[in-house]
Formats: sequence, C-alpha cells, structure tokens
Amino acid sequence: MQTNLMINGTQQQLELDPRTTLLDALRHHLGLTGTKKGCDHGQCGACTVMVNGRRINSCLTLACMHDEDEVTTIEGIGQPDNLSALQKAFVSEDGFQCGYCTPGQICSATAMLEEVKNGWPSHVTDDLDGQADLSTEEISERMSGNLCRCSAYPNIVEAIRKAAGEGA
Amino acid sequence: MRPFEYIRAQNPNDATQSAADGAIIIAGGTNLLDLMKLEVMAPDALIDINHLELNQIEETENGGLRIGALVTNSELANDIRVRRNWPVLSRALLAGASGQLRNKATTGGNLLQRTRCLYFYDRAMACNKREPGSGCAAREGFNRILAVLGTSEHCIATHPSDMAVAMRALGAEVETLKEGGTTRRLDLDELYLLPGDRPDRETVLEPGELITAVVLPAPVEGRQTYRKVRDRASYAFALVSVAGILKIEDGRITRADLAFGGLAPKPWRDTQVEAILVGNRPTEELFEQAADQLLAEAQGLGDNDFKLPLARRTLVSVLTELTQEARI
Repeated sequence: MQTNLMINGTQQQLELDPRTTLLDALRHHLGLTGTKKGCDHGQCGACTVMVNGRRINSCLTLACMHDEDEVTTIEGIGQPDNLSALQKAFVSEDGFQCGYCTPGQICSATAMLEEVKNGWPSHVTDDLDGQADLSTEEISERMSGNLCRCSAYPNIVEAIRKAAGEGA
Repeated sequence: MRPFEYIRAQNPNDATQSAADGAIIIAGGTNLLDLMKLEVMAPDALIDINHLELNQIEETENGGLRIGALVTNSELANDIRVRRNWPVLSRALLAGASGQLRNKATTGGNLLQRTRCLYFYDRAMACNKREPGSGCAAREGFNRILAVLGTSEHCIATHPSDMAVAMRALGAEVETLKEGGTTRRLDLDELYLLPGDRPDRETVLEPGELITAVVLPAPVEGRQTYRKVRDRASYAFALVSVAGILKIEDGRITRADLAFGGLAPKPWRDTQVEAILVGNRPTEELFEQAADQLLAEAQGLGDNDFKLPLARRTLVSVLTELTQEARI
C-alpha cells in the first residue's frame, strides 16, 4: 500500500506490503542503513528513530501507520562533515566500542535531552513537580531502552552529559 | 509475520464494526506487533485507530480526569495534573518499559497488553491461553516470573502492566464503545477475568468493543507511592509491585487503597487487606497481618515460591514508607 513519509526533511513515497516495519522501510526500501536492526522486538533500542520529534523503536511499528509523519534518523541528525554535538561527544568521549548500537543511542539521547528540557520526570526523579538534573543515575534510567553489548555505558553517559552541557 | 489486511478507522464506530467482524485493533502496537512477528497472534486484518480523536486528557465535572484511550504512556506520565494529583499513576508509568516504548504505548493498549509468560510466547509449548485445551507448560516449567494468586490449574500467567496496578488502586474505570454505538463503564476489577478454565478469555469486552477512555475519580488525600521490584534497575517487568495510597488521621489509618502487580493474572486488589489496616494505628505487627491476609491463598509452584516472602516484605516496606511521619 502507498505510504508517504517525510524522512529527514525529504518527502518519500513508498509502495509497501502492510507488514513492513518502519525499520525495514528505512533500511531496505530507502537505503538508510544507519538505523540498525538488533533484536527486532523492541528490547535493545538499536532501531531508535524520532517520529514527530519523539523517540520510538522503529522495529515495533508499521510504516503504513506513519503515513504523513515526520521521521528523523541518524542520517538526519548529522553527517561526517557536519556532526551534531552528541555525535562529536560520542567521538571525543569514546562512547562506543563496536558501534552497532551507537546510531540508536544518539537518536535516543537527542530526543531524551529534549524530554529533560521539557521537564519530563523519570523513574529516578525525586520530585515529580521539579526539574530533573543530568546525574549519572538520571541519564542511565532515561537511556535504559538502549542496550550496549560492549557495555560502553560509562562513556556513553559522559558523552551525553558533555553534549547536554554544550546545549545539544 | 502472516499477511493481513490493513484498514484505517475513520471513526470509532468504524473501528468497532471492523473489530466485530474479526479485525484486531492496533494502537501503539508495541505488544501486538511483537506477538505477530512470533505468530502468537496472526490476525487476518488490523484496524488502525491511531488517527481517531481519542488522545485528549480532560478534567471531568467532579474533579477527576478522563484519559483518552490513545493518550501515550509518556503523555500521561508527564501530564502535570497527573504528576500533582495522582502521582502513583505517574510513578507506575515511569517504572514501566523504556522511554521509546512509553512514547508509543497507549492507555487502552497498556490495559489490554498480553502476558509475558514465556510459554505463551513459545509456540512449541503447550499454552491454554494461546491454544485452548493444549495444557499449561508453565506449571511445571520455569515459572519464576509467574503468578501466585488468582491462578487456575489451566493458567498461571501474570498481567504485566504497571499502569493498570496504579489505576486499580485509584479506582479507575474504563469507558467502552460497542458495535452499534452503545457505551458502558467498567471498573478494572470488572474488566479483567481470572483464567479459570478459559485463560484465553482475558477481559469481559465483547467482540468489537473498544476502550475509548479511562476515567480517574477525583484526587484523594493521603500519600501515594508505587514500588516495583524487578531483576534489573530499569526496563524490566515487575516480579512484585505495590501501588499504595494511604491516609492517616489522629495517628490512625483512615484510607488504605492498595493494588499489586506481578502476583496475579490481573492487577490485584484485596479489600480485606485494606480492612485490616483502616481504623488502626500503623505498626509493623499490623502490616504483617495485612501481608498474612494478602497471601492467605497464595500458592507458589517452585521457581516462583520466592514471590510470597518478597510480596510480604514489599508490602511491609511500602506501608512503613507511607506511614513514616505518623510513626515517628
């Protein structure tokens, strides 16, 4: 069936089997292979993209459910000659080892920092009515949907904190 | 995934009509698509309700809140009214799933998500919920995560929601729309069925009946908390959870609304537990009596025996926290 998606600012018209997940549409139909397939069951976060500004698992949603939605993938966040603050911080803080989870980590963190700016509390926020800080505990909790098989977590947390401090 | 027809609902009646004809309703899809990939569910048609106007949170005339079925778990957890007046609900939502999943999962879908029993998910195993009459491989299997209350010989699955546990403590009701346009209201006790000899029937909803909203009663006085015990610090289902709303006046407990997750096939509430507490001074002895009542009929099956002492300690700990000021 025909689905129109605005991907990284470009209108894309796709003819898809309804079974096609948003993840498979990105990777197999549009060649946007920055978004990774890890578990394909919403448990690892490697497939994280932003839809209408919110981070989601692209493996657990059908492309046809997102007709006319705006999708931002890692390719839309930055390019090798124009990295986002988070991408730069992941490089400078060595926030990865094999790198497979990294696009999902960066898409997730990009949206997560917006959530913090908008005053969203987390499970570890003491005061539901207050502003959360970016402690290690807060970052870890908010990023728990992104697994890193190499366990680069300490440097991922540092990269996110650094980018946040620079106003990512 | 098996092929299916994809239909986009134009209005709520359209959705109930399609669902009555056999289509499965899809909202966030975070659980349904997972089950479809594994072919645990293989619907011939999906009716997509995501574009219906069921995504508002409105105040009701009596000071409560009407939450549209399509309000996401993130939106609900972060609503400032919920954070201030029904904090147990925000806390329960924030304790569930991950940031990505909460952004997609909806209020109605959360209530109707399926158990995470490993034998339900494994099509090579007997499961009366997935395939009625095939047996229950979980009873004598790895049943560590499974239920100790409200079970039957046919099924020991737990209901996995955190949100529903808080809503049960808050006395929330669901509003539904049936095929043909009639509506009804059900509290969560009425909504969910215990497994009995038909574990495939999980709710009283009729074919085609759509949850359109959840209604919270007006806020109540007292302290609220949600305690979740799980295998890792974040992003894991509850082994045991407790939603508690407790009020103390003149040194005595005057309100104790308690609901439990991880223990039963539905968000569990036992008014006899609450009756033991209300009217009395908060003491550890009293809390132990309440736990005795909660677990009077609880039954472990080996791997999940630990849930009995864990539920006891969690309840006592929550009651201690909620009555701390009165006990000093």
